Amino acid sequence: MTVVSADVLPSGPLAVPEAAGTGAAELGPKARLWPSMAAVYRAQLSRARVARIPLLFVATFQSVGILIMMRGVVDGGSHDAQFVVAGSSVLVVAYVGLNLLAQYFGQLRGSGGLDHYATLPVPPAAVVLGAAGAYASFTVPGTVLTALFGCVLFGLPMGNIWILAAVVPLAGAALAGLGAALGLLAPRPELATLLGQLGMSGALLLGVLPADRMPDAVRFLRDLVPSTYGVEAFAQTFGAHPDWALVLGDLAVCAGVGVVSLTVAAWAYRRAAVR
Amino acid sequence: MCAVRGLGKTYPAVRGRRGAPGTPEVRATDDVTLDIRQGEIFGLLGPNGAGKSTLVRQLTGLMRPDAGSVEILGHDIVRHPERAARILAYLGQESSALDELTVSLAAETTARLRGLDLRDARAERDAVLDELGLTALAGRPLKKLSGGQRRLACVAAALVGERPLLVLDEPTTGMDPVARRAVWSAVDRRRAERGTTVLLVTHNVIEAETVLDRVAVLDQGKVIACDTPAGLKEQVAGEVRVELVWREKPPLDVPEVAALRDRAVESGRRWTLRLAPEEARVAVATVTGGAAFAALDDFTLATPSLEDVYLALGGNARSAQGLVKA
Repeated sequence: MTVVSADVLPSGPLAVPEAAGTGAAELGPKARLWPSMAAVYRAQLSRARVARIPLLFVATFQSVGILIMMRGVVDGGSHDAQFVVAGSSVLVVAYVGLNLLAQYFGQLRGSGGLDHYATLPVPPAAVVLGAAGAYASFTVPGTVLTALFGCVLFGLPMGNIWILAAVVPLAGAALAGLGAALGLLAPRPELATLLGQLGMSGALLLGVLPADRMPDAVRFLRDLVPSTYGVEAFAQTFGAHPDWALVLGDLAVCAGVGVVSLTVAAWAYRRAAVR
Repeated sequence: MCAVRGLGKTYPAVRGRRGAPGTPEVRATDDVTLDIRQGEIFGLLGPNGAGKSTLVRQLTGLMRPDAGSVEILGHDIVRHPERAARILAYLGQESSALDELTVSLAAETTARLRGLDLRDARAERDAVLDELGLTALAGRPLKKLSGGQRRLACVAAALVGERPLLVLDEPTTGMDPVARRAVWSAVDRRRAERGTTVLLVTHNVIEAETVLDRVAVLDQGKVIACDTPAGLKEQVAGEVRVELVWREKPPLDVPEVAALRDRAVESGRRWTLRLAPEEARVAVATVTGGAAFAALDDFTLATPSLEDVYLALGGNARSAQGLVKA
C-alpha cells in the first residue's frame, strides 16, 4: 500500500487519523438499525405506487369473492360466518405478506439484487424488517375493506373490528417473516414463488373454512399454519362475549412466530448475501 | 491501499442433468496478485468470463475466496467481509434492488443505508443528482428510464456518501457520450478533492485507454499483464493494426490477398491483421490498387490498442472479440 501523509490530502475521509496501533484506516459509519429500517420501509412502500397496486387489488378482490361465494353456504350471523369473515380478511395478509414477499426476495436473490444491500453497512435485520413491515402495511386497506364488507354481508357486529389494529401487524409479522425466510432460503426464484403460493393456499384452504368440520389430520395441519392464529383471534371478537385471554393467546402465537421467522429471515439474508 | 495476494476461487464442476450438459470445474480467479495505489483509477480489463466480476466480488466481501488475502486500507477483507461495506461503494451490474424506486429515492435510501442521517442524505442526494445531470429525472422510477439513464441513476446511488474506494463494474454500459462524460468528471472530481481510489471493471478498450491510470489484463482467471495503458501498448509498439472490410467476399484470386488470409482474424466481412509497419504498407498498397480494390468496402490503419496487447500477451483471439472498441 502507498503511504500518503495526511496533510497532503484535502479534508475528507482519508484525512481522518488512522486507527491507533493497527495501521488500518478508520471505517465509515455503520447504518444504525432503526434509521436504516425506516429507510428500507419507506423505499419499499414507495414501490407499491409503481408496481404493487394491481396486486393489492387482486388480493382484495379475491377475498371479497370468497366472501360472496361462502355466503351461499354459510348462514349470516352464525359461528361459521365469523370464521369465514376472519379467514378472508387474514387471507389478504397471507397473499401479500407471504406470497408476494417470498416472490420479491426470491427474485432479488436470483437476480443478484441483494448485492446492493450487502455492500452497504446495513444490519440484515433492517432490510428484512423494513421490507416485511412495508408488505404488512400494504395489506391494511385490503384487510379492513374485506372485514367491513364481510360484516355487512354476514350481519356480524363491527364493534370489535379495532382488533385488526393488532391482528394485521402481528399476523403480518408472522406471515411476512415466513415469506421473507422462504424467499431468501429458496435456491431458485421459481421455488420461492412456488413456496409462497403454497403457503398462501394453505392459509386460504385452512383459514377460511370453519375448523369444526375438518378431519383431525387436517385440523393438525391447520394448527401448524401461523395465519390460523390470526384468524382465530379475529373470529373470537365477533362473539357477544369474546374470551380476551384466548384472543391474546392467539396473538401471542402470531408474535412468537413473527419473531422466530424474522430472525430466520435475517440469518437467511446474511447467508444469501455472502456466498 | 488495496493489496491482493494469491487470490483464488474455483467453481466446482456441475454434473449434467437430463438434457442439460454438465460444466467442468472452473478456476474463476487463479492466484491473482495486485496492488492498487491510493488515488489511482485502476482497471480490470478482459472479455466476458475472464474472472473480472468474481475478482470484484471477492474484493467487496460478497464472495469468500478459496485461497489468498485481500487487504484494503489495512483491513483484512477475507476475515472481516462486513468491513468492506464501510470502506467502499460498489456499483454492480444489477439494478433490481433499485428498479422500482424513483431516482431521487434510490439515491437517498442508499445514502441513508450508508450511514448518513436524513438531512445529510438529502443534501448528498441533491448534490449528486445535480452533478450527474439527473435532477430533471429525479421523480421518475428507474424502471421507466432508458438503459443508459438507469445506469446513470445507479452510478448516482454508488456516489452518495463518501467512500475512499469506488468499485465500479462497467459503470457506463449503455450511456450516451454526455452521460459518460458526467460520470468521468464526477469520478475525477472525487479523486482530485478527496484522493478517492477507483477500481473499474471494463471490457471497453477505448474507455480503458482514456480513463485508466493502470490496468490489469485478465484472461481465464489470471492476471496476464499489469501496467499503464501506454506501458502495455509499448510491448506491441512494433506492430500496426490493419482492418479490411470486404464488400461481399475477399478476392482470394489475388495471390497477395490469399497470402494475407493466414494472418488475419476473420469476423464476417472484416479481417483484422497485425503487421510490421513495412508489411502493413505493402498490404495497404495491394488492397487499394488493382483487382482487390473493387472488392474492398473499407479499411483502417491504426496504432495498436489494448486489444492488440491482450492478443499479444496470449489472450485467445475468440475471447478478444468480447472486448468492445467504441
